[in-house]
Order: sequence, then structure tokens, then C-alpha cells
Amino acid sequence: MSLSTHKLNVSYSQQQVIHSLDLTLPVAKVCVLIGSNGCGKSTLLRAMARLQKPQSGTIILDGMDIHASSTAQVSRKLAILPQMPVPPEGISVRQLVSLGRFPYQTWLRQWSAEDEKQVDEALRLTSTDTLQHRPVDSLSGGQRQRVWIAMTLAQATDTLMLDEPTTYLDLAHQVEVLELLRSLNQTQGKTIIMVLHDLNLACRYADHLVAIRDGRIFAQGAPKEIMTEPLVNKVFNLQCRIIEDPFFHSPLCIPFPGALHADA
Amino acid sequence: MKARFLSCCSLLMLMMLLSVMSGSRFYPLAQVAEALFHTDPARVADTIIRTSRLPRTCLAMGVGAFLAVAGGLMQALTRNPVASPGLFGVNAGAALAIVMASSIFTLSIPWLTLLLAFFGASTVSMLVWFASRAGNGRHNPLRLVLAGVAITALCNAFTQAILIIDQETLDTMLFWLAGSLTGNDLPHIYAMLLPGTLLIVAACLFASQMNVLSAGDEIATGLGQNIVRVRLIASLLVVGLAGNAVALAGSIGFVGLMVPHIARQLFGSDLRLMLPACALLGALLLLAADIVARVIILPQEVPVGVMTALMGAPFFIVLAQRRVNNVR
Amino acid sequence: MSDNRVFRCGPFSRQYAGRLPLVMLLCLLILLVIMLAALSAGDVSMPVPQTVRLLVQPDASAQSFILHELRLPRVALALLSGAGLGLAGLVMQLLVRNPLASPDTLGVTSGASVGALLWLSFFSVSFGTTLMPVAAMTGATCAVGLVFLLSWRCGLTPLRLILTGVGVSAIAGAVVTLILVFSPLTTTFSAWVWLSGSVYAATWEKVWRLLVIDLAALPLWLFSLRYLNALMLDDALATGLGVRVPLMRVLLLLGCVILSGGAIAMVGAMAFVGLIAPHLGRLVVRHGLFGQAFVTACGGGVMVVTADLLARTLFRPADLPAGIFVALVGAPFFLALLLRQRT
Repeated sequence: MSLSTHKLNVSYSQQQVIHSLDLTLPVAKVCVLIGSNGCGKSTLLRAMARLQKPQSGTIILDGMDIHASSTAQVSRKLAILPQMPVPPEGISVRQLVSLGRFPYQTWLRQWSAEDEKQVDEALRLTSTDTLQHRPVDSLSGGQRQRVWIAMTLAQATDTLMLDEPTTYLDLAHQVEVLELLRSLNQTQGKTIIMVLHDLNLACRYADHLVAIRDGRIFAQGAPKEIMTEPLVNKVFNLQCRIIEDPFFHSPLCIPFPGALHADA
Repeated sequence: MKARFLSCCSLLMLMMLLSVMSGSRFYPLAQVAEALFHTDPARVADTIIRTSRLPRTCLAMGVGAFLAVAGGLMQALTRNPVASPGLFGVNAGAALAIVMASSIFTLSIPWLTLLLAFFGASTVSMLVWFASRAGNGRHNPLRLVLAGVAITALCNAFTQAILIIDQETLDTMLFWLAGSLTGNDLPHIYAMLLPGTLLIVAACLFASQMNVLSAGDEIATGLGQNIVRVRLIASLLVVGLAGNAVALAGSIGFVGLMVPHIARQLFGSDLRLMLPACALLGALLLLAADIVARVIILPQEVPVGVMTALMGAPFFIVLAQRRVNNVR
Repeated sequence: MSDNRVFRCGPFSRQYAGRLPLVMLLCLLILLVIMLAALSAGDVSMPVPQTVRLLVQPDASAQSFILHELRLPRVALALLSGAGLGLAGLVMQLLVRNPLASPDTLGVTSGASVGALLWLSFFSVSFGTTLMPVAAMTGATCAVGLVFLLSWRCGLTPLRLILTGVGVSAIAGAVVTLILVFSPLTTTFSAWVWLSGSVYAATWEKVWRLLVIDLAALPLWLFSLRYLNALMLDDALATGLGVRVPLMRVLLLLGCVILSGGAIAMVGAMAFVGLIAPHLGRLVVRHGLFGQAFVTACGGGVMVVTADLLARTLFRPADLPAGIFVALVGAPFFLALLLRQRT
């Protein structure tokens, strides 16, 4: 289930955000897009999930142009969780997760045995089966995010795309969600593509990092390979020191106060 | 800024003259001057100009100013650029009160109409205000618009019911309901414009407080303002102005919506400048609409409320589109 | 909360709340009772057993005639239009994600009013009133078309739709006022009655016409209704689930317009049914689109039939428009709803 872009150009509000971007995302790995605010990483993710139409360029999903396939076909291969999703009023956890089965339902077949199995499995994998009859509004931030992930899981796709799944969560819940995503990658072989703000968590959980600057790829590769002080300086406009995390052995970025340069 | 004020004032003077000159018969400027300064009771033209055209012009200016200032206050109060007294059912409420009363007894005392309009307007606006509040006391712009539309529909339904049961009232009220500046109480007009004029002065004096409120509830409280009291006073001003306008001229929409925006574009958001500008521009706009309404299908008249709706609704749509683009 | 039952039979499978069959039965029962009451009461009252007998075995008596040619079409029309308006309101509220929306918000009612009043004031003298519903439908379609056109560029988002709808309704309202003021006095009163909504002078022809219109929308509904579940999520999520959001919105709104436009064309600008009936539906059936739709349709039908019953009997011998009573019955209910609704 490969996903790649070729000379992608995307505009947002009459401004070009992504410039002629070529990217091939590794299969069955956790890939994280990083970059400063407004660099285009969310736009890139949304364009790759066909939520936004590019000005030019192609996105190839599984050997086929994503815009040539119907959106229903794409939804069986790729699931996307956008930023700050809002649940319908009063909906229960089970009902929300069941919505993830929508791509497989028809007018006749609205609740097959397969649907039920996938929903139960999704609830189990995200440890939300005990919560399944509670209204989503009543859950904590971390629980709610797990429920949304359960919904994308119920969609039974090989690829999961998440736009800032940990923003607005406290640290404990951030780690909870990222651990879940990593276990999904390791036990189910799912390709995870996400946008993260926290650089250190990104380094810890990513197999493949893509650093975006001004709508172009600045660098990509394993965190240990590409995480350097010059990269952080150039991409994030930040002075820092990079050390090795003493427990998890991933690159750890320690930010230093310093003037934000206008010439970056 | 001063140049703009002056040009608006001179435009207003021009419109006033035009309004007095135009109508079913067009009177040239010389004749108007004669009528105003060397009145001769025997001349028909003089009588018409003094007892019909002049009061009507003053009425149009007054009502336009009232509606515009009410709209400016409303938009500042709700921090919502698509707010207007009409959209919140003030017109419908006042109309309902008047129709209810006139079906029970004939309204011969003009001051009674004024009071009824005020009563109806305040009751309905209270309803809309409460109905559109979210749980934490904040206002959602969409809820406000929809609650206003729904409650206006409610008032209109009641009004319709009464007018069906009491057919006589239907014939007499129809033109007024559409918004009409053919005031029947012309002799009293100058007196009846007084409450609204006083309220405009009060509003302009109150403008600095409103400026603080527009910055946000928390900021205003932090600056030591009693926001509940300020809101209450502002609401009373809005209802008083809109009620006065409806009592005199029926249901005229969109003036309160359009004019504050134009005033803001020309004179900035500082309410101390913007509110007087609203009064000026509101008078100008309604006068212009009235002139058009009077002459476009001579010898008949288009109700001025229809004219303002036809001019204002496209404006509203464009505004809504631009705003939505900015929000998301 | 988890009494969901599953029904499977070959490729056909559905999930539903356990008490749904019971609720549906109760709704049908209430509907039956109200209809019998409406058929029996009036200027010529009939005891209910007689009504039932005459329904099944019509004879040549005057009562049978009144029942079959006057009351039955009237009640049938009230039922159909109430159900149609209620359903259209439900779909609109879910689509726009706002519980205060109704077909009126899209401009259907005001557009239809313009069409109907134009016909009434300027053509009815020469051509009669048979084509008036056509004029009303045309007006409604034009108004909604305008709203769609103006909101198209951003994919018909809820906020844009509502605000544009309010604007277009205002223009149409101004035109209606204009027509009212300048129409000949003879038609002013009939125009006013039409604007209130009335099932007066219902004929079997009107009933069949409305039925045909509603059935014409049926394929549209069958195809697009289930997408409403996904459309209750954000646009991005719905697209992620494989829904072509703008297309489905258009189809669903089209269904709304056909249903409500048809109803308004036949009975006039009846307000509130499309606003309140969906709330009844959603109150009784928390989740499950089919259940909500069923209760909404029944509720809407009951509302209009009851309103017409009251309008006919309370102020005898005057036969008031049902629309007034829908408002008078609906108003306190609606206000209570507004005040209660806090999120």
C-alpha cells in the first residue's frame, strides 16, 4: 500500500503552500512530518488524503492516481483523522466507531457480521471497549482521541493518516496515543503517517522523519540520521543542542533561547 | 476625516432638498425656498411642501438615523457584523403589539402607538436574547440569526392570525406593515421624533463605554467595567430607537444592517465617531430610498420597507459570503 | 443504552434500537386516533363507529359524501403535507447541523410564496387556480437554486447556506409584500390565507398530486438518506469515509426541496411543522435515522391534522386556516425548546 507524490503543488487561500514536492512514504512504518508553523505539513497531509485538490502534480496510491479513483475506493485503503474532530451531539462511543464502517456499507448491507467484528476489534485494540456505551462528549481528551483512532481502525485500511493527533492533549495522554499508534504499526503492520508538533516525541516514535520547510522537503530519513542542530536551526528557526535520549536512545532536542532570525 | 464628514453633511443637505422637491409633483428649488421662507397659505404648493413634504423628509431622516444607530449599537453589543435590530425580531414584535392593539380598539393617540411599539419590541428582543444564549452565557452568531428568524416567524404568524380574523385591520395595516413613511400623524411628527433623537444623543455619549465592551467581556471586566449594566443600557437604547422607528414608519429592514458597515468603512470602528456617522448615513440612505420609492412607479408608491429589503438583502448576502470566507 | 438489535436476512442487514417497533406502533396508533377524530368531528358530527363503518362501506348518504369527498381528502392532504414538511425539516437540520433550521431557512417557503402570489394576483383571474401549485413549486425551485448558486463556491457549508438562505428569503419576502400591497383587493385576502397555510378545499386531485411528487422523490431518498449519518461528521471526516460531500449535500437538499416545495405548493406557506416535528422525532428516538424519520413524519402529520381539526371546530362557523393553529400550538413548544437548548 504505497503512497507517493510527484511534483505536487498545492495552494491554500490563493497562496502556494507546497512547491513541486516529491515524496515516497515508506510502507508499514511510522512516518512523521515535522516543520514550523505554516510550513505546509498539514496541507501536505490533507492533499495526500485527497481532502484538498492540488494545483498540479500527482499523488499515487497503490500504483494509481488518487484522484482517478473514486473517493469511496480510496476510503478503503486510507483513513484520515483531521485536526480537532467534533463528534455529533450525544453520540455514543460504539456508534461513532461504527461510522468507520461506512465505506463498506450499502443500502442493503447496513450492519453485516464483518462490520460488527471490525468494530469490536477496533474497540479492543484501543482499549475503549469498556467505554463503548458512554457518550463521546463525556470522555477525557485522551479517551476521546482513542475513540477517534478506533473509528479509523474500524475502517480497516492499511494506511492511517493523522493530523496533529496529540495537540491539546496533556503529556500523559500524548504518550498514550503515540504508544497505541506504534503498537498498531508493530502488531497490525499499518502504515502510520502523522503530523506532530513535539519534536522529541516525533523523534522517539518515528521510523521515518520528513522535515518540511516552506513547502519543500528539507530532509528525510531515520531520526538518528537527520536530526542535527543545523537542521533544527534551519527548519525551526531554533538554537538547540541534540543529545541522545538516555532511555530510549532517540535524538533529544534541548532548545536554547536565541533570536529568531528573519532571514531563515 | 473632517472632509468626509463635511461631504456627507452636504450630501444630506442635497438629499433633503431633493426630497422636498420630489413627489407626485416636482417643485423647483425657487418654489421650495418661497414656501419655506415666504409662506403664503393660499398657495397650494406651499401647503404641500410645509405640511407633507417637509415632515416626511424629517421623518425619513429621523427613522433612518434611529435605525442606523440602533444597528451600530446592536453590532457592537453582540460583536456580530450581521446583527441588526430587524433580524432579531424587534420589528416583528413591535408590529405584533400594534396589530394586536389596533384590532381591539382604534389607535387614535399617536403616543400610545409609540408605547406599544416599545413594549412589543422589548419583549421580543428579550426572548431572542435569552433563546440564543449558549450554556456558558456566550452567544453563537448562528444561533442568534436563527433564533431571530424563528421568533420573527412566530410573531408574524400571530400577526397573520389576527389579520385573518379581523379583516378590516388587514386592509389598513398592510401598507404600514410593509414600512411606510406616509405618516398619518404628520402634525405630531416633530414631537414624536424627539424620544429617538434624545436616545441618539445618549448613545453617542455612551459610545466610549461601548468601545470598551467591544474589546471582549473579560477585557472589559478587567478594565473595571460593569458589563451587565452596560449591556442592559445598550439593549435599552437599541430597543428604544428601533421601537420608535417602527412605531412611526412600520417595519423597515436592513438599514440597521447596512449603514454601520458603511460607517465603519468610512469613519473607522471607534464608536464615538461611528455612531454619529451612522446617524448621518442612516438619514441619508433612508431618504434616498424614500425618494426612489416615491417616484419610481408614479403615481403610486412603493412601500419603503420593500425598497430597503431589495437594496439590503443582496448586500447582506455579499457580506455573509465575505465573512464566512474569513472565518473558515 | 445498548439494546441494539440486529436483523440479518441474506445480504440484507440492519441495526435498530430494541424498542423501535414499539415506538413505531405507538405512533401509528396515535395517528389513527387523531385521524378518526378529525374525520368524525366538524359541522356534521358523526360518532366514531359510524365513521369507521362508512369508511369501509361507503353508501349514498350525505354523511358518506361529506366523509369521502370533503373530510377524507382534507385529512389525507394534512397528513401528507405535515409528514413531508417534517421529513424535509429533519434532513435539513441534520445536514446543516443546526436544530433551528427548517425548509423556510433555505428559502423554500418564501420562494413558493412569491410564485403562488404572482399567480394569484396576476394570472388567476384569467387562468384559474389549478396551476397555482405549479407556480409555487417554480418559485421555490428558483429561490433554492439561487441559494445554491450563491453558496456553491465553498461547497455548501452550513453557515453559508443558512446566511444566504436568510438573505434570499428576505428578498423574496420583500417581493411578497410588494405583491400584496399592489394586488387587487379581491385577491389580497386569499393571498393572506395562502400565506398562513390551509387545507381548506382539499380535493382528491390535490392529494394524488402531492403523493406523486413525494413518490418521485423516493428514489432520491433511498439513495442518499444513509449518507446523512456520515455527513453529521465534519466535512474532512466524511470525505475520509468515502463520501462525496458536495454531491450528497445537493442530493439531500434536493430531496428536501421536492418534499417541502410540494407540500407548500398544495397547502400554502405553513410554518413551524418543518421546524418542530424533527425535534419530536429526535426526542423520541435518540439515534437511528430511520426511527427518527418515522416519528418525525408521524409527528408532522399529527400536528397538521390536529391544527386543522381545531381550526375547523373551535370558531364555528368560521373555517380558519390550519397554519395559524400550527403556529399557536407550535409556538409555546418551540419557545420551550429554544430556552431549554443550551449547547
